[in-house]
Amino acid sequence: MSQDMYQITKDMISIEQTVSKVAHRNAGAINTFIGVVRELTKGKKTLYLEYEAYESMAAKKLEQIGLEIKEKWPEASVAITHRIGRLDITDIAVVIAVSSPHRADSFEASRYAIERIKEIVPIWKKEHWENGESWIGDQKETVQYRTGKPEGMEND
Amino acid sequence: MIKVLLFAGLAEEAGTHELEFEFLGEKRMTINDIRRRIVDTYPGISHEIERAMIAVNEEFVNEELYLSDQDVVAFIPPVSGG
Repeated sequence: MSQDMYQITKDMISIEQTVSKVAHRNAGAINTFIGVVRELTKGKKTLYLEYEAYESMAAKKLEQIGLEIKEKWPEASVAITHRIGRLDITDIAVVIAVSSPHRADSFEASRYAIERIKEIVPIWKKEHWENGESWIGDQKETVQYRTGKPEGMEND
Repeated sequence: MIKVLLFAGLAEEAGTHELEFEFLGEKRMTINDIRRRIVDTYPGISHEIERAMIAVNEEFVNEELYLSDQDVVAFIPPVSGG
């Protein structure tokens, strides 16, 4: 069961399916975080994103985050689904669902989960825009480490 | 045999997601050794690979670690999931 709670997938994510994994009779609250592909970043227009993952390790790290959450909020249940491959604007990149008997824990644990994903999970996104592309190299999404070549340029 | 996995910008720079190195023996190969050899082969990678975290067999490790035969080393550039 533990394996199903944390998934890396190339398919479109079903929010309902992720939520159903944490729904149970003693959960009075279910909190969802949905990460969506956004068009504008610092005035630059993204055409689409590419997500790449070290899949086996990423699943392990999602599971580790789940264990961390269980330690801090013992009554919480977590499920995380992260998508990889090409994603278009408004596509869902990640769904985090956290349930708990009372609402405070699910709010906090949900926030904790997304912040941890951005620290330790080996997944990377590449932004494609009209005049170039770049892997994003910082969990705060501020640093581009430019190894991508601008599109439309002749290959050397 | 030591397998090395590259990702994102590192893989693009090297033109591959996977490299292989002959295992030289217990206490004879560190991650630093591997990284140096990669930079020798792909000099353009040196700035980025310095910024990468290192995982061996899917756990983050220290770069001074001695490798064992069949280890899978991954260079993990700063992540941007979520």
